[in-house]
Amino acid sequence: MTETNTSPSPYRLTPEQELLRETVRVIADARVAPRAAEIDRTAEFPNDLRELLAKQDILALPFPVELGGVGGDLLSVCLAVEQLSRACATTGLILAGQALSSLPLLLAGSPEQQARWIPRLASGEWLIAFALTEAEAGSDAAAARTMAARDGDDYVITGSKRFITHGSVADLITIFAVTDPAAPRHRRLSCFIVEVPAAGFSVDRLEHKMGLRGSPTAELAFDAVRVPAANRIGEEGDGFGIAMRTFDRSRPGIAAQAVGIAQGALDVAIAYARQRRQFGQRVGDFQMVGAMLADMDARTEAARQLLYKACVEIEAGAPEASRWAAMCKLVAGDTAMQVTTDAVQVLGGYGYIDDFPVERMMRDAKITQIYEGTQQIQRLVIARALLGRDG
Amino acid sequence: MHIVVLVKPVPDPASGGERLGPDGRLDRAAVPAVVNGNDEYALEAALKLTAAGPEGSSVTLLSMAPGSAPETMRKALAMGAARGVHVTDPALAGSCAVSTARVLAAALGAMAFDLVLAGVDTSDGVGGTIPAAVAAHLGLPLLSYATRIEPDEPAGSVRVRRISATGYDLLEAPMPAVISCTQALGEPRYPSLKGIMGARSKEIVTRSLGDIGLDPSSVGGGVATTQVLGSTVPPRRGATEVVRGTAQEGAARIIELLTQRRII
Repeated sequence: MTETNTSPSPYRLTPEQELLRETVRVIADARVAPRAAEIDRTAEFPNDLRELLAKQDILALPFPVELGGVGGDLLSVCLAVEQLSRACATTGLILAGQALSSLPLLLAGSPEQQARWIPRLASGEWLIAFALTEAEAGSDAAAARTMAARDGDDYVITGSKRFITHGSVADLITIFAVTDPAAPRHRRLSCFIVEVPAAGFSVDRLEHKMGLRGSPTAELAFDAVRVPAANRIGEEGDGFGIAMRTFDRSRPGIAAQAVGIAQGALDVAIAYARQRRQFGQRVGDFQMVGAMLADMDARTEAARQLLYKACVEIEAGAPEASRWAAMCKLVAGDTAMQVTTDAVQVLGGYGYIDDFPVERMMRDAKITQIYEGTQQIQRLVIARALLGRDG
Repeated sequence: MHIVVLVKPVPDPASGGERLGPDGRLDRAAVPAVVNGNDEYALEAALKLTAAGPEGSSVTLLSMAPGSAPETMRKALAMGAARGVHVTDPALAGSCAVSTARVLAAALGAMAFDLVLAGVDTSDGVGGTIPAAVAAHLGLPLLSYATRIEPDEPAGSVRVRRISATGYDLLEAPMPAVISCTQALGEPRYPSLKGIMGARSKEIVTRSLGDIGLDPSSVGGGVATTQVLGSTVPPRRGATEVVRGTAQEGAARIIELLTQRRII
């Protein structure tokens, strides 16, 4: 018998994180993966899997213990998103979306606001959506036009939000709206929680998307929706800053989704390359195919390690949180696109048809280069961290 | 209702790398350890029984294993067991089933319980003798191959359905008793994330041979009654064909295959 009670190297996952990752991996393989193709084909939100994530406390992961959560750190949330996304990116986004849409409340909400909403988010009873983007305000989020006019103890919200993940299935909407059109660009917005359904609120349409087809992406209309001032997160004018702080912690979640998609595609490609025979040998034994698999593995692992490091740095309050967040999303998103594209290539004709999941993974991967800030915006953030502002 | 579940860390069968070291003993460093699969079914049964039992009911894990066992026990704690007891001692290396049963019985002698549950066998040794041997050491009834467990606490007895060749036997015994558990009891749960996060704060007590009152020379490799001389991987089976499709398509294909081979 050997004693193994030496303290683990800090550059490793903790035993809890290992067990958490393993537990979510098993659930993803047994319960999520068999549903993934059907979710993609029917483009129906997988309520059964949402309930499974709630039952296993997976949706409780991002929330503090005292409010009914599990108290997982950013890395733990990302480990779970990664494992779910390996099987089904739509299902991974249920957790990633719940985590990121709650961030304004967690980062800037008062204790009363947190106590009011978080327990039902942690239990999975409620879903929450993040509504910043508008038709004419995507990367340029500060250009939002949705208005929130003060009226006594209320605000009256009028406008429209577009590309809102879970917008049609959410019970709470974290919305950013203009409270002072005359203020400087970054002081115009304020952040509110809207409980829906609400008078004047409607889901105007659902998008037909290339990928993430089971995840409803909605256009939301706010026609004089009345919200108590108690639902404002932070002070008037804090909205843009809250959104930016949110991105520092939400981008790793999307990077985790991207790493999971890449790993899922790599797993399929490896299994195929071992089993498929051409010219009397396994296709993986052809050096050109073997080299592709090696590159896919190395890229995926590199993206994963950058993600894990980014999580740890952001959690530790590193001054360059925005840079870490942007870098891991940039690298992971590009990796997911590259690796899934290569996985389709390894499978050849079988990769292009829906008998195998890699064509779905390739379609799912594309969004990770677009949402939570396009890859171009990530580069802008990183460059700004390197150069500082002119003058 | 207090239940002790015997859990054994075994090499992960999914890893496929299980092998013996040069001394004929399991090379534990070669493969990550997991909780023995059948023990998870026993734990699931125990967790259901204690959940249905009176307030204060709980499950305690008991392992005789090397020093790394607590890492493996954490998963069982995360599933819902309240605490663990880990018997470990350098003198236990190379123990055979006789020693193992003696040690587990000695450890159980110092514990309070209504039932001891264990998997019918373990996936590494597949001996399947431990539950019976432990029961014999303790002078307790053994209810084996359980597919259903129904304790009657006021009466102080337990009823078990035991798999038989023709169906099941209905057994009844006074508690405390030892029960060996089959997979027919029901699929083990996944640990919830709250369970995982809470598992760290649960107590795993370490006991040496001295703590449980056994002389180190009476157990372990030195007095092993069996010795593993070698192991071989069974020969691969011939090509298999998995028949898929609707029941009708499947039946047609199976008839075709059997006809081709002149079996029907």
